[in-house]
Amino acid sequence: MASKPRTLYEKIWDDHVVETRDDGTAMIYIDRHLVHEVTSPQAFEALRIAGRPVRRPELTLAVPDHNLPTTARRDAGGNKVPIADPQSAAQLAALEKNAPDFGIEYIGDADEKQGIVHVVGPEQGFSLPGTTIVCGDSHTASHGGLGALAFGIGTSEVEHVLATQTLLLQRSKAMEIRVEGSLPDGVTAKDLILHIIGVIGAAGGSGYVIEYRGAVFEKMSVEQRLTVCNMSIEAGARAGLVAPDETVFRYLKGRPMAPHDDDWDKAVAYWKTLHTDAGAQFDKSVVINAADVEPTVTWGTSPEDVVAIGGVVPSPASFADESKQAAAQKSLDYMGLSAGTPLTDVAIENVFIGSCTNSRIEDLRAAAEVLKGRTKASNVRWAIVVPGSGLVKRQAEEEGLHTIFTDAGFEWREPGCSACLGMNPDKVPAGERCASTSNRNFVGRQGPGARTHLLSPAMAAAAAVKGHLTDVRDL
Amino acid sequence: MDALSRIEGRAIPFGAKNVDTDIIIPAVWLKTITRDGLGQGAFETIRAVEGNVFDDPDYAGSPILIAGDNFGCGSSREHAAWAILDLGIRAVIAPSYSDIFSGNAVKNGILPVVLPQDAIDRLMEVARDGHEITVDLDTQTVTTPFQDRFAFDIDPFRKHCLLNGLDEVALTLERQAQIGTFESQRAAAQDWLTKGTHI
Repeated sequence: MASKPRTLYEKIWDDHVVETRDDGTAMIYIDRHLVHEVTSPQAFEALRIAGRPVRRPELTLAVPDHNLPTTARRDAGGNKVPIADPQSAAQLAALEKNAPDFGIEYIGDADEKQGIVHVVGPEQGFSLPGTTIVCGDSHTASHGGLGALAFGIGTSEVEHVLATQTLLLQRSKAMEIRVEGSLPDGVTAKDLILHIIGVIGAAGGSGYVIEYRGAVFEKMSVEQRLTVCNMSIEAGARAGLVAPDETVFRYLKGRPMAPHDDDWDKAVAYWKTLHTDAGAQFDKSVVINAADVEPTVTWGTSPEDVVAIGGVVPSPASFADESKQAAAQKSLDYMGLSAGTPLTDVAIENVFIGSCTNSRIEDLRAAAEVLKGRTKASNVRWAIVVPGSGLVKRQAEEEGLHTIFTDAGFEWREPGCSACLGMNPDKVPAGERCASTSNRNFVGRQGPGARTHLLSPAMAAAAAVKGHLTDVRDL
Repeated sequence: MDALSRIEGRAIPFGAKNVDTDIIIPAVWLKTITRDGLGQGAFETIRAVEGNVFDDPDYAGSPILIAGDNFGCGSSREHAAWAILDLGIRAVIAPSYSDIFSGNAVKNGILPVVLPQDAIDRLMEVARDGHEITVDLDTQTVTTPFQDRFAFDIDPFRKHCLLNGLDEVALTLERQAQIGTFESQRAAAQDWLTKGTHI
């Protein structure tokens, strides 16, 4: 009997079911676990109190990223620069102690391999196709770009994975988002995912795992797929996936923690089975027309508040129901914007290029290409580039990108989460605007009162040059 | 965690949609290494505005929070559940939640009740008029003193854990033999999977 056609998500799920309870809850085996300093201290403490060991310490990798300042970490004499905020310092120190105490590999702040966990995992070959990957961070969805089932978890689940290497889960529904054809020139993966969130809404993916399908995703590099999958959570989906293919295999081959030699061949043979079968059923299908996607920015305080750069700030009255109208008005008040204003009239004082969404080498190249021979506008007070890892930083420096950035008036920083969230010294002042390549434009996300406009690295660079939001294609 | 079956009391008529976890607990509060005291930072930006529902003495100590669609979206921070619990809230009632938040809530003994928007609208009215609401997990109902009775669905495993205050880690550790069997089978079929995970 031929087996029932399955989606990619079902295949990965089925391969990880340890057992299923009578009530339908499944115990799912977790292949890879990334840990950072913010969401793990209480989990390690709970293990300590209960006297529980970590079941498979070699399947967990610990990397600090959220709290780390992105300024120099060593002084001229090679000594550690102390972290000014005592709470940040204590949280970082806790991870530095917890990891070896429980036998977990730790990549410290002075190690060139350190970076944002979602950049480090793929870069080291720790994240692999067909694996289940979790981390106490919602942007774990990123690793789906390699064809892994990857999702964020809470601290109780971090503890559960450390103690048992499993999670108790209900299977999600499967959604396909299909984009055929080609994106127009000057339109990037970031523009596409912002557009998709605008179409399905910030809760449109709740209860689903999204598989991104079609020629547009097949043509994307791994970096671009990681950007798309990263923001699945901004559409409410806990995970996003792209089927692994030759592009992924080429990307992973030779990476330190990826399989080698004979193991590599065995792994690739398995990975080639990981695609949605013809005739497999999705619970929901969404088709996006690639030609409709333009360079896209956000105007409000939810990632669904998107508009093409040629558009205007929408009027609250244009929304269907009353509660959405009220929410839009609140967003406009917070953002200091009036309905009808062209987006290209919105002046910005800050530019942030970085975050787990857009801090990989391709992102930095795209921004540098725009900035080459140009400088930031005089009203742009603060512009920083924060590479996703020490290895991305080194590669960018080998390509000379850092001098393009510094010549353009940007600061060239050490790797970390930086101005994506207000946990380290990189913050946007209250009332000021930031053109940001990060993933969330929530109220207060980049600092209390900060106003965030999400966009692609090329668009952020273009905004820096003009001093206001602008269409990178017009430069 | 504490077992939970019936929650009775005033409800905070919050009602907002798309409340993200940065609103529930801003990132600056995440620099803690314990689970305690996060109520101080809960809904900080909302509470900075005078006349907000969270600081209204009428709703002080309310064990129930009423919210809009997509409550708890965004970051996976469990600090959002800890902060809400620290405010004394044991049940949230909303039309929908982010997947991660609702899981975090249950693991901390907070019941995320899902009801349609028209039921939410009615409960908001009841709460604003100063009446108590009863959430009964055993019968899966929300009732008011006015004969309103709204039934809700909940995953049976979550219900079981909440009613009995179960620690999932302890439950799973009883199944170590099954986990071990699974690991051996996979090690035989895909030995490449666990090699090389150390740098």
